[in-house]
Amino acid sequence: MERDDKRKVSESGVSRRDFLRGGAAGAVATGIMPAALRGENASGDAASGTEVVGPGKVPMTLDVNGRRLELELEPRVTLLDALRNHLSITGAKKVCDRATCGACTVIVDDKPVYACSMLAIEAQGASIVTIEGLGTPEQMHPIQAAFVDNDGQQCGYCTPGFVMACKAFLDANPTPSKLEIERGLGGNLCRCGTYNGIKQLLLEGKGVA
Amino acid sequence: MVEYSWPPADKRDLLGDRISRLDGPAKSTGAAKYPSDQNPEGLLHAKILTCPHGRARIKSIDISAARQMPGVRAARVLQEPGAEIQWAHDEIAAVAADSEELAEDALRAIKVEYEILPHYVDEADPAKAPETKPGRERVVGDPLAALESAAVTVERELSVPMINHCCLEPHGQVTAWDGDELTVWASTQAVSTLAFQFAEPLGVPASAVRIKTDYMGGGFGSKFSVDRWGIEGAQLARDAGRSVKLFLERDHELAVAGSRPSAFARIKAGADREGNLVSWVSESWGSGGMPGTGTTPLPYVFEPPDRSTSHTSVPTNFAGSRAWRAPNHPQAAFLTMSIIEDLAAELEMDPLDFVHRNLGIANQDRVKVYEEELAIAADLMDWKARWRPRGTETGIVRRGLGLSLHTWGGRGHRSACDVKVHPDGAVEAFIGTQDLGTGTRTVITMVLADTFGLELGQVKVHIGDSRYPQSGPSGGSTTVGGVCSSTRRAAQNALAELFAKVAPDLGVEAGRLEARGGKVYVAGDPSRGLSWKEAAGRIGAVPIAVSGRNPGKGQLTDSGVGGVGMADVSVDVETGIVKVNRMVAVQDVGLVVNEKLAETQIFGALIMGVSSALYEERIVDPGSGRLLNPNMEFYKLAGIGDVGEFKVHLMTGPGYDERGVIGIGEPPMISPLAAIGNAVSNAIGVRVTEAPFTPDRVLAALEAEGGA
Repeated sequence: MERDDKRKVSESGVSRRDFLRGGAAGAVATGIMPAALRGENASGDAASGTEVVGPGKVPMTLDVNGRRLELELEPRVTLLDALRNHLSITGAKKVCDRATCGACTVIVDDKPVYACSMLAIEAQGASIVTIEGLGTPEQMHPIQAAFVDNDGQQCGYCTPGFVMACKAFLDANPTPSKLEIERGLGGNLCRCGTYNGIKQLLLEGKGVA
Repeated sequence: MVEYSWPPADKRDLLGDRISRLDGPAKSTGAAKYPSDQNPEGLLHAKILTCPHGRARIKSIDISAARQMPGVRAARVLQEPGAEIQWAHDEIAAVAADSEELAEDALRAIKVEYEILPHYVDEADPAKAPETKPGRERVVGDPLAALESAAVTVERELSVPMINHCCLEPHGQVTAWDGDELTVWASTQAVSTLAFQFAEPLGVPASAVRIKTDYMGGGFGSKFSVDRWGIEGAQLARDAGRSVKLFLERDHELAVAGSRPSAFARIKAGADREGNLVSWVSESWGSGGMPGTGTTPLPYVFEPPDRSTSHTSVPTNFAGSRAWRAPNHPQAAFLTMSIIEDLAAELEMDPLDFVHRNLGIANQDRVKVYEEELAIAADLMDWKARWRPRGTETGIVRRGLGLSLHTWGGRGHRSACDVKVHPDGAVEAFIGTQDLGTGTRTVITMVLADTFGLELGQVKVHIGDSRYPQSGPSGGSTTVGGVCSSTRRAAQNALAELFAKVAPDLGVEAGRLEARGGKVYVAGDPSRGLSWKEAAGRIGAVPIAVSGRNPGKGQLTDSGVGGVGMADVSVDVETGIVKVNRMVAVQDVGLVVNEKLAETQIFGALIMGVSSALYEERIVDPGSGRLLNPNMEFYKLAGIGDVGEFKVHLMTGPGYDERGVIGIGEPPMISPLAAIGNAVSNAIGVRVTEAPFTPDRVLAALEAEGGA
């Protein structure tokens, strides 16, 4: 096989993502999940406390923006791909697909998470909030309105992830200093260069619900 | 005859205002649907297998196993056995499957045998290049004699590497066939010029292809063409009889879908004792991949009386570079302004004074503007109080200031706009342009509403569809001037028709009517008028439907701007880390339609400038010819904490507005690299000759000159 996909390769020769996706060297796709994370439809091995599911599609239930959504997915499907490709919830964007840029940021159980690097099956039982769950163009959440007001956006492709990261950041620290902003939001990248507006809106104390 | 013009300052109700972008709420709530967000019924996901070698010949390729895998609906060989692949990550085969995961599985089942061929990827050393394309040597006067008699001279080799566009939305599209009709949701800067590019290779007329781009996630000059992935995405969709989504993986995107050419130069320059630049001699070269590169415009902005330049294009085994926000200008500014700063330092002169003194040999149209801009920029930077001669800073963290000038065109491109005024007073405009995040949708709406004297919510603007009247691609900072001019002319034409219908009722000539504040009335006598709705009621059953074009009569847009950039940096001489404290941009701009969005775009240019000055470079493995950083972890972009503070001043208002609307996407992007480089030299006392100014390069420069 000539394909060279230049992903980070561990010493075992299996990349992290290939392992997650269960696709390395044509290996079967099998997800091994701690019992605490298993979906209600999974069958268990109570003695070991682990669940073996897949490689084919398995039923899953995701709690997205307060709605329980039933779907059948292969265990290797990331939360981001589940949202975008299977649920058509497309606010979270796929940009680096490697947990660097933050464009896919969603909030899982009150914490900001890179949805490209969490499996959908892992997200079962958790409360997932995407940008669509925060507000609508007609009824924006204060942080969304602040992005508009301070023009913290240009092409807008990083914006949903940035908004979610700011939301989670402000939930934990409603009155951040400049240094805290620069450190706390270092996990989201913008190419058009909208950091100035974003930094200003946070310094002005906007965006807190 | 309608006289096309922008309204005088006292008659602008919306133009120039600080209005939030109208699609901001859609973008910040995730409601904005980008091409990559389109999920039409029955959508398939496509993936592309790319070549892992810097140069190779395909010996054999077998996609039969992939084709038979479950969920795979189409598979195509893109380059046949015998084909010589000229760069790593060139496209070899493609599959479309029910899911992304299944498509990836299928790629792994494709078998390709290559004969690996020698490649050339290090243009820093053009002597080893298999081929170079030397340009003509251009000589004015006697530069060598002028160098001999110069009071001070500087000789340097400087370089800027290839960098990437790294658009956050990768290149790609969703393609859907309906019989022989093709709809393409494309992430493009060129809605009106893309259909034809799809048509010919697919064997359908351009009229059968419809491009739709409501939103797009960044282009910066890299998204004008259909590309192989465009054609093949449509072919896969045709083969499978289903719609197909094909967006590049990040590694593929970074490797081939957009880079800026490198620029290297050996430069000798001299100045007289008073600080007049008297001579310039440069041999420059650079690469933009296989096609080589265009000429770096040297010397930049300044034209000393005696000068010679030559430029050699060096093809390398990379995909061709693409237009990158002010093509060749940031590189030229760095190569030139570094020399200017170095000569000033040799003379122990403040570079601000040196630059002032040499404005006599700058582009004469903008000399007065540069003078004003330098004064404003110096004020914003507090330059005179804070600048210290080069190398006088001591301590571990040293602060320095630097400056650069730039120039750009920015005249509005060809554009057509249709405007309809309905009998109920509803107004809409149709224009085949695209909003790259620059605010195009917003400024068109402002021009339309301002012309009719209506509020923003009373007019509707339709863009992002190739079936609308054609408008040029968004490149060269030409969009805002083009679309505002065509929209203004169309709206003025519509208003003239409306006035003609209303004038008899008001008992005056149409030429005496005005539309402002939601009314149509006799100029100077607002009591003699009709509400907009009443006026529109006089239209009759058929809406007014007229066009406006650019170029056309009247001074609505112009070309030629000057600008100044300044940087304030701190450099840690123990770690080599450069931190940008502040950037100043003063930009010549003509009539500003929306000050808020104009400023945002300049902030963006400064941030991109900081990013390119400190972090960005394509790092290539000479052995394999492959990019070593085809990801966003190691192809570094500046983050929110890396960019410093900004001060922006727009040269607009009386004396500038009369020129009309001029683009600003590119010009403020040009100076930051040069200004930051000069600030670093000012801080540490030595020149860092290679961009970006990474810690290793800063430390090497200090060590080479025995500094710190």
